[in-house]
Amino acid sequence: MTNVPADLKYAKSHEWVRVSGDTATIGITDHAQQELTDVVFVELPGVGRQVKAGEACAVVESVKTASDIYSPLSGQVLEANKAVVDNPALVNSEPYGAGWFFKITLSQPAELSSLLSAEEYRAQIGQ
Amino acid sequence: MGTTHVDNPPPAATNSTSTMLKRTPLFAAHQRLGGKLIEFGGWEMPVQYSSILDEHLCVRRAAGAFDISHMGEVLVRGPAAESFLNQTLTNDARKLAVGQGQYTLLCNERGGTIDDLYAYRIEPAEYLLIINAARIDADRSWLEQRRAAFGAPDNVAVLDVSERTAAVAVQGPRVAEFIDSCFPTASVGGTDVVRVTDLKKNQIARFDFEGATIWIARTGYTGEDGFEIVAPAERVESIWNRLLAAGHPYCLQPSGLGARDTLRTEMGYPLYGHELDENTTPIEAGLGFFVAFDKGDFTGRSVLAEQKAKGVSRRCVAFKMTDKSAPPRPHYPIWSAGANGKKIGAVVSGTQSPSLGIGIGMGYVPPESAKAGTGVEIEIRGLRSPAVVVTKPIYKKAV
Repeated sequence: MTNVPADLKYAKSHEWVRVSGDTATIGITDHAQQELTDVVFVELPGVGRQVKAGEACAVVESVKTASDIYSPLSGQVLEANKAVVDNPALVNSEPYGAGWFFKITLSQPAELSSLLSAEEYRAQIGQ
Repeated sequence: MGTTHVDNPPPAATNSTSTMLKRTPLFAAHQRLGGKLIEFGGWEMPVQYSSILDEHLCVRRAAGAFDISHMGEVLVRGPAAESFLNQTLTNDARKLAVGQGQYTLLCNERGGTIDDLYAYRIEPAEYLLIINAARIDADRSWLEQRRAAFGAPDNVAVLDVSERTAAVAVQGPRVAEFIDSCFPTASVGGTDVVRVTDLKKNQIARFDFEGATIWIARTGYTGEDGFEIVAPAERVESIWNRLLAAGHPYCLQPSGLGARDTLRTEMGYPLYGHELDENTTPIEAGLGFFVAFDKGDFTGRSVLAEQKAKGVSRRCVAFKMTDKSAPPRPHYPIWSAGANGKKIGAVVSGTQSPSLGIGIGMGYVPPESAKAGTGVEIEIRGLRSPAVVVTKPIYKKAV
């Protein structure tokens, strides 16, 4: 069983979102990191970059595969997590904590309603 | 999250479902062990059980067991077996005493590689060929074609026994500490040994196992000491279980194709479909050592001899990234270093090296860029990262 915290929102493409005011923190789910296994490299968007919901803006690489990470929401990149670039294994060990990817300032807060609840995401991954 | 690159050979069928994929006799064992199953060359195989990194490091430090039952087994027997193989494969089969094996290649008339394989002489007039899973059909039809064209076709038989044969590889520095306990009797054929660990590298012997005949060779594809066990399909689960039980105190872990791939890449060993294909010769691939020009004529010889004499236009090299970068992957362009750098080739295998903690790979470049120490650049998602050509193996064990 994977961990799907109830207080987060989810994208079908396996990113999670934690919203605080007009800021959203984005990472990949426990299910996603288990599927990837052994994250060895993370590439994040530059601070200041405008991203659209659904846009590929980060890359996570395991030993075997490279995967695009999509921003679940539109906005401007406020911060990228340097710790996860220096230590990609954080994505595996703390996917909802120290393994977060980037933060954006939301430009279209209404998009939040299109994200999945924990329950809906759990159903999507068959749990 | 969306996968942009998966380093697997193309599926056998475009819409392959698990019901269309072949399964080895160890499939249920892999499921019980929690193996993560993927498609590989038409087979449903475990890519990993715990993690590729774990399993890789476990093989380097202790021991790992791999199901290699998807690989093909072909018997070539008859009074003309030796001369047939010497006209068909690149290495010199005459050098094999009974109970010895060699790495060798099967080429087409253009010198392109149909397959790379291990050939063992198991009887004076019988050879066991271990071939790649995805190449079984291609090899069988090419061997049959060569046999038909051979001067004495009735004096050699080619038997594909892949369906009824299974195999496991058990690899790592601690394997020799427990393998004898799994097979406690002396050999009954091939190399004459009292115990399995008396086998030397590349030797093979026949053993009785629960009333069946099995073959054990001191070979593998990881760069570590280890053994490969070829057995009737119905016996392999018993062998697998015995190995896992005996190896447990020595940290033996079941290991998947993911670790098998990173281990062979660190050694600079080719994987068919990456370093080798029907348009690539063993000389271009840097495997000239396994081409015996002094044994008389063989398929592809004229092309290979000309390449050896006049040189090749591209050569397979191993490289290491010199800075922190994303792992190199197959098809990434290789550039010559510097401001005026040009695109000179492409990566064929690439990964993050679990042993070295950096990106490594192999690729084809022009011979002038193939010398160890040459700086090159690997283009990763539009950006070039520096790398250096190195000698094989890429990972050298501390002595």
